[in-house]
Amino acid sequence: MLTKDHKRIAVLYLISVTFMFLLGGLAAGLVRLELTSPHGQLFTSEQYNKLFSAHGIVMVFFVIIPGIPAILGNFVLPLMIGARDLAFPRLNLLSWYLYVLGAIIVLTSFILGGVDAGWTFYTPLSSLYSNSQITLCLLGLFMAGFSSILTGLNFVATVHKMRAPGLTWFKMPLFIWAQYATSLIMLLGTPVVAITLVLVILERTLKFGIFSPELGGDPVLFQHLFWFYSHPAVYIMILPSMGVISELVACFSRRRVFGYEFVAFSSIGIAAIGFLIWGHHMYISSQSTLQNIVFSLLTLIVAVPSAVKTFNWSMTMYKGSVQFTTPMVYVFGFLGLFLVGGLTGPYLGAVAADVHLTGTYFVVAHFHYIMVGGAIMGLLGGLHFWWPKMFGKMYSEFWGKLTALVVFVGFNFTFFPQFILGYLGMPRRYHYYYFAPEWQVYNIMSTAGATVLGIGYLLPMFYLTASLIKGKDAGPNPWGAKGIEWEHADSPPDPHNFHHTVVVTEPPYNYDAIQDNDEFRKKWGAPPVTYKEDNV
Amino acid sequence: MNLNVLKYFPVMPEQASDNAFTYDLIFWWITLLAVFFATVVIILVGFLALKYRRGSTADRRNPIDHSKTLEYLFIGVPTVLALFTFWWSMNEYIKYRTMPKDGIEVYVVGKQWMWHLQHTNGVRENNKVHIPVDTNVKFTMISQDVIHAFYLPEFRAQFHVVPGRYTELYIKPKRTGTFRMLCAMHCGTQHSEMVGQVVVMSKKDYAEWLANGGDDKDVAMNPVEAGKKIWDSKNCGSCHASVDTTRGPSLVGIFGKARPLEDGTQVADSTYVRDSILTPWRRITKGYDPTMPAYQGQLVEDDILSLIAYIKSLSNTGAPGAKAPYAPTAPGGKKNLSGSGPNSTERTNASGSAGMTQFEEGASKQ
Ligand code: HEM
Ligand SMILES: [Cu+2]
Repeated sequence: MLTKDHKRIAVLYLISVTFMFLLGGLAAGLVRLELTSPHGQLFTSEQYNKLFSAHGIVMVFFVIIPGIPAILGNFVLPLMIGARDLAFPRLNLLSWYLYVLGAIIVLTSFILGGVDAGWTFYTPLSSLYSNSQITLCLLGLFMAGFSSILTGLNFVATVHKMRAPGLTWFKMPLFIWAQYATSLIMLLGTPVVAITLVLVILERTLKFGIFSPELGGDPVLFQHLFWFYSHPAVYIMILPSMGVISELVACFSRRRVFGYEFVAFSSIGIAAIGFLIWGHHMYISSQSTLQNIVFSLLTLIVAVPSAVKTFNWSMTMYKGSVQFTTPMVYVFGFLGLFLVGGLTGPYLGAVAADVHLTGTYFVVAHFHYIMVGGAIMGLLGGLHFWWPKMFGKMYSEFWGKLTALVVFVGFNFTFFPQFILGYLGMPRRYHYYYFAPEWQVYNIMSTAGATVLGIGYLLPMFYLTASLIKGKDAGPNPWGAKGIEWEHADSPPDPHNFHHTVVVTEPPYNYDAIQDNDEFRKKWGAPPVTYKEDNV
Repeated sequence: MNLNVLKYFPVMPEQASDNAFTYDLIFWWITLLAVFFATVVIILVGFLALKYRRGSTADRRNPIDHSKTLEYLFIGVPTVLALFTFWWSMNEYIKYRTMPKDGIEVYVVGKQWMWHLQHTNGVRENNKVHIPVDTNVKFTMISQDVIHAFYLPEFRAQFHVVPGRYTELYIKPKRTGTFRMLCAMHCGTQHSEMVGQVVVMSKKDYAEWLANGGDDKDVAMNPVEAGKKIWDSKNCGSCHASVDTTRGPSLVGIFGKARPLEDGTQVADSTYVRDSILTPWRRITKGYDPTMPAYQGQLVEDDILSLIAYIKSLSNTGAPGAKAPYAPTAPGGKKNLSGSGPNSTERTNASGSAGMTQFEEGASKQ
């Protein structure tokens, strides 16, 4: 626990994030169970509110935001750029301690009475009207926020300063581009929300009038500050996953990612525009119609880079050699869920449709498709991809693929009915709905799906752990993948990562060694390859 | 197989207003786009993955790793569709956010955890509002505590109800019946309890219902009278007389007119009046010192609404107690607040009836 090795810290994160995921999942299960009945019989309303708040807070701040960057990023980022460690190893360890400290404080606040204002903490409910443990909880989130600022800082410095000789920006793997864009958002955005949370604490404890009209404050100001961070934060959750998917598609199609430059730039583009569209969470919040026009326009436009990425991933398989391994099955799962999540975005971006749908289960379904479908599928896919590298062992392909399938089916069963519920008018965060019994069918479907999904999420813990004990040795490059981490490091890598200094001469994803593509190779200064008849 | 099973799987709520129809049209248009793109991607991915699976004999010569034409197509087509959708949705939205000049007005106060509604003639209701069909109904809303969201799913209408500022929303019901009124913003412990009904009546029934004092027979004073009472008890009249004095400007006839302020002018609407009562130092009428005390914390939102109604009445005819501007004239004229006159003729449309019976039962569950 005093290690400064990025690989060990990644494993510490893996364990702590998994633990939080279990807690958040438990809360989700209870919420879903409660909603099978229109009368809400298991919990009181107060308990119910605390449950969904706990679920949202744990999942957002302790699972999805740190998820891919802290686990996979920490492990493979230095390896992928040929560095011996991150730029600031001590800071890296500190950021894990802050994460744990934050988690302990937040969990303590749940034990001491819980929080009932939802993960969004809208004022003045959170600042003056809630009697729950909000101050303590916000303090914990403040810590967690610092943890992610430090991680972002570390990644940015590492990418700038520690790339192996010859690894120019446009030879970097797309995962690195995605991590870089994410880190920029963390660095720029997180301080805003951290300060906002402090302001809420000040208003709660010292009665500073910032957000509550009774004290002379502005209740809507909080939403602006909050979404200014939290909308970009959605990209903190999804961009790393997009990076992972780019790696997997390339490796298992044996092709260079289609439109590499575009995919790289779109990560940065999404990160930048992401800061300009927070207002689409506030169409009906009494901001002006002019603001709505601008935000709606930008929001609908930001859908375009994501759409193009999807096309590019698909086109990567063109003339490739597609191999259906477990990580690749996750890629297909990701594409399916991301597609639904992405395509339901325009409903909420187009103001007229949003007026009816905002605040309903449609939103719940949409953001689960993006954040859970997109990010967790990417996390699981990446974990299965790099697992052999992390621990030197292979897991059971059979269980791996089966799990991916169970997760995909369970997921759609859980969240698709919620789109319909939302359109039918069921508000989110409702504890019961005795006045609309027709909603029950869909709620039962959703809960049944959640059971399947829950099983799917638990399975990897068993077969991945089992692989550590009796898995086959993976060897340095079980997938025959391109990339510094596969070609130059052991599995698991030794404490200094590499035995020699890595020098990069090849273009990224140089899988075309088995293909002829002279123009491509000329561009990157690689010698032409003669076409072989048998390219399998 | 009997197609009736579909009735257990409803997909959309009724359309009770014109904008429900147009908003749904936009919804289905986006659905069309979504299904189209999903199909394209699924076919593309399925085709490529199978054709180029490892070991297949597909021709892999001359692969391309980028294509300007395709890339422009990928960017161009979604952009054009996005812009069109934006333009259409914005137009409709603006149309339904531009408040009509005619029709009736209803005040809504959101409180933890109920909806309180006031008609301009003083009839008050809780968690229920009666309105006439084919009439623009404007809701002027404010919250007494936290942020709520006034949500009428059958009218595809929703807007936040914010403490400290008035927000507006209008609907034009196109059919009679009983519809839902929900709160769609988490507002604390009993958020899910903040549900009610919108009862749309024929114009005639509504006029009778209103003239008879609504559902609640021992209804409170009308807001102009209530406002007058608060006016007297707070001694507002000691400074605000019927003509401007050195102590304070007169309020007779100011409502809806521009006020000359120290820093520019401002129309004396509800928000202006409310702010002037709660935080008078923020806007000083030309020629006066900031001597008026602030009433923040001394008045609840209902009181302020009553005061606004009273001040409005001072502007209508100059005489206190005058008819409120939007109040429809009841047939037969005379108010009958205690009698048991023709009662409200609620109608529940066929499909809503089962649910609404449940609703009544549930409402008594606390
Ligand atoms: C087994 C998987 C999951 C299930 C069944 C599930 C279920 C639910 C349900 C039913 C709600 C709505 C609660 C309500 O509005 O009353 C909800 C809210 C939410 N979920 Fe999940 N969830 C799951 C996983 C996740 C994950 C992995 C995340 C991480 C991003 C997440 C983030 C959220 C958030 C942020 C909310 C909003 C909470 C709030 O309204 O304050 N969920 N979830
Ligand atoms: Cu409410």
